Amino acid sequence: MSNQTKLVPTPGQTVGPFYGYALPFEKDNELLAPGSPGSIRLQGTVYDGAGHTIPDAILEIWQPDAEGNILKKTGSLVRDGYTFTGWGRGAVGNSGVFTFTTVNPGPTKQVPGKPAAAPFISVAIFARGLTNRLFTRIYLPEDTEALANDPLLRSLDPERRKTLIARRDADGGLTWDVRLQGEGETVFLDFQ
Amino acid sequence: MPEETNAQLDTDESVPPAEPKAAHMPLDRAIETQADLSAEINALGEAYARALKEGSSAETQPRLDYPPYRSSILRHPTKSLHHADPETIELYSPAFGHQDVHALESDLTIQHNGEPQGERIIVAGRVLDGNGRPVAGQLVEIWQANSSGRYIHKRDQHPAPIDPNFTGIGRCITGPDGSYRFTTIKPGAYPWKNHLNAWRPAHIHFSLFGTEFTQRIITQMYFPGDQLFPLDPIYQTIVDQDARDRLVATYDHSLTEPEWALGYNWDIVLTGPKRTWTENEALGAAGDEE
Ligand SMILES: [Fe+2]
Repeated sequence: MSNQTKLVPTPGQTVGPFYGYALPFEKDNELLAPGSPGSIRLQGTVYDGAGHTIPDAILEIWQPDAEGNILKKTGSLVRDGYTFTGWGRGAVGNSGVFTFTTVNPGPTKQVPGKPAAAPFISVAIFARGLTNRLFTRIYLPEDTEALANDPLLRSLDPERRKTLIARRDADGGLTWDVRLQGEGETVFLDFQ
Repeated sequence: MPEETNAQLDTDESVPPAEPKAAHMPLDRAIETQADLSAEINALGEAYARALKEGSSAETQPRLDYPPYRSSILRHPTKSLHHADPETIELYSPAFGHQDVHALESDLTIQHNGEPQGERIIVAGRVLDGNGRPVAGQLVEIWQANSSGRYIHKRDQHPAPIDPNFTGIGRCITGPDGSYRFTTIKPGAYPWKNHLNAWRPAHIHFSLFGTEFTQRIITQMYFPGDQLFPLDPIYQTIVDQDARDRLVATYDHSLTEPEWALGYNWDIVLTGPKRTWTENEALGAAGDEE
């Protein structure tokens, strides 16, 4: 691959204020039907640098299934009610809160010679006022050994590491907030 | 940068409830004018040009911290993005296919009983990855204002007519060669509230997926020769002229259809990829199980 010509990527732009009639779709945030076996609620709030909630952000999650399989199933936009595709989209409401119905991501197959990555959900965040999308991860809080060995988490200082680990709710769900700026600012990732 | 008011940051980017003469009211001293904003935009542009001359590398993406776009002031991370190697799920992308998108969704002019008003256009191009490989069988979503610059969105209060025959949403799945094609109406410029007399250049919002989730991008396509480019704080969040040019479509007479529609070409290049490709993907067979 090294001898191939690299093209310069097209720049991103803000999603703007008017995505609300275009990007959302029916059951966009229901990766599986609420209440179905194994389903959990993933929720959180998006905050700006003044600590105010943001009413015009939209998130996407992409994750393995509960067994750790990375799926290649179509049908996310027209959900049939039983196929788990691993991808969902959820706009925040007026109070800055987003919710998804999904499953706990399972540990994906370990790459030989590489330390095991703790299970996580990949997230892309878009908002009015955000000039380009941001990527981050949501880790499950339970497997503290896997978290301690995770290559990304190990590269972060403890205060910042916390921003990527969800809290387990009493009902089995996950809560994970996004702080775009300031105190407790979420760790956002650059893959280039 | 002038003192920024929270009130302004909290407002929407639409203009306030219809008051067509608002732009002709006496200038409130607290209101920032285009001249104020242009001075900021130009100063940032000149600083970037100096940095380039002194050997800094070109910036290919928008700045997250770009104060002339007022809504970004409290919404950009202050810590630099943390470099990470993509792992597991990040090296794959959600799959979309013809189960998700109907073929007719790529024609925005046939979604209602009548023909929409405005200049009918064809926008077509290819989605490629950073190695120049076509991104086949992937989802492309677009949304846009109508020909008078009005969105079908409850928060768009621009006193321009709604077109009952135009919604402004389209989708398609790229072909084996990464190609996409939409038939639509040329969108109008529209005012917004970043500063007094702020207008967005005509644009179409594009949402794209690659073969890996880290290639995910949402951006805007513009039309060649727009006089609003130097004035627009959103277009100018990209400080590099070559990078900005990558968002501008090219008029392409070979796409223009006689007696029907003008054609514009716009190719999109995603980042990456980082994963070693399988043979099937290299052949463009990924994405659609049908
Ligand atoms: Fe727009």
